[in-house]
Amino acid sequence: MTINKTQNNGTLTMALEGHLDTMTAPELEQEVNSSLDGVTELIMDFEKLDYISSAGLRVLLSAHKLMAKQQGSMKVVHVNEIVMEVFEVTGFADILTIE
Amino acid sequence: MIEQTFDATIACFPQASMFVDGWLESLGCGIKIQMQIDLALDELFTNIASYAYGPEGGKATLQLDFDETTGVASVTFIDSGMPYDPLAKPDPDVTLSAEERGIGGLGIYMAKKAVDKMEYRYENNQNILTVYKKIKEV
Repeated sequence: MTINKTQNNGTLTMALEGHLDTMTAPELEQEVNSSLDGVTELIMDFEKLDYISSAGLRVLLSAHKLMAKQQGSMKVVHVNEIVMEVFEVTGFADILTIE
Repeated sequence: MIEQTFDATIACFPQASMFVDGWLESLGCGIKIQMQIDLALDELFTNIASYAYGPEGGKATLQLDFDETTGVASVTFIDSGMPYDPLAKPDPDVTLSAEERGIGGLGIYMAKKAVDKMEYRYENNQNILTVYKKIKEV
């Protein structure tokens, strides 16, 4: 998986490419934990993300909580059908802001 | 039926994943179904790697089978770790808000939802878990 970060003032976009799974979720977790200082809006761009496992969901949930804690927001954009199905089945579709 | 045995560690997950993906591709499985089987594999292999054995570690065997008369593929996970029936666990509450959510408990549930059927048995001191998924019309 690759993570492309773009920061524009308080808005940080992380564009993910590949699989967010058991092996790659720790990388994203590390990126999230080290990048959120001063960020008011976190955008996760999933346009090139093929697939997500529960390890990936855990990182998203923890990022969502971190952003809420610092009075910011997080949204997930360009979600493909396979990933959307995972969000729906797990109830994450109701927790996350998905556009 | 083909099978391969791996060290039951997270580090061996990519090898297990390549083994299963290569097989599904050779069967002409579509990408969406392949992703769903990958999801189940990720959750179930990770579960064995994380919980089946103590610090001394152990092995996990994957058996792959395809029934040409029904178009159903099956992946069987075998480990000789402590007895654990993933189907005995109640499903997590997926209606809770982010604040109420714990950080775990979703893996088996996601695996269950990604496949058509899951069966567990404990035999000869082994956990034997099989997942079934129809991969093509026959």
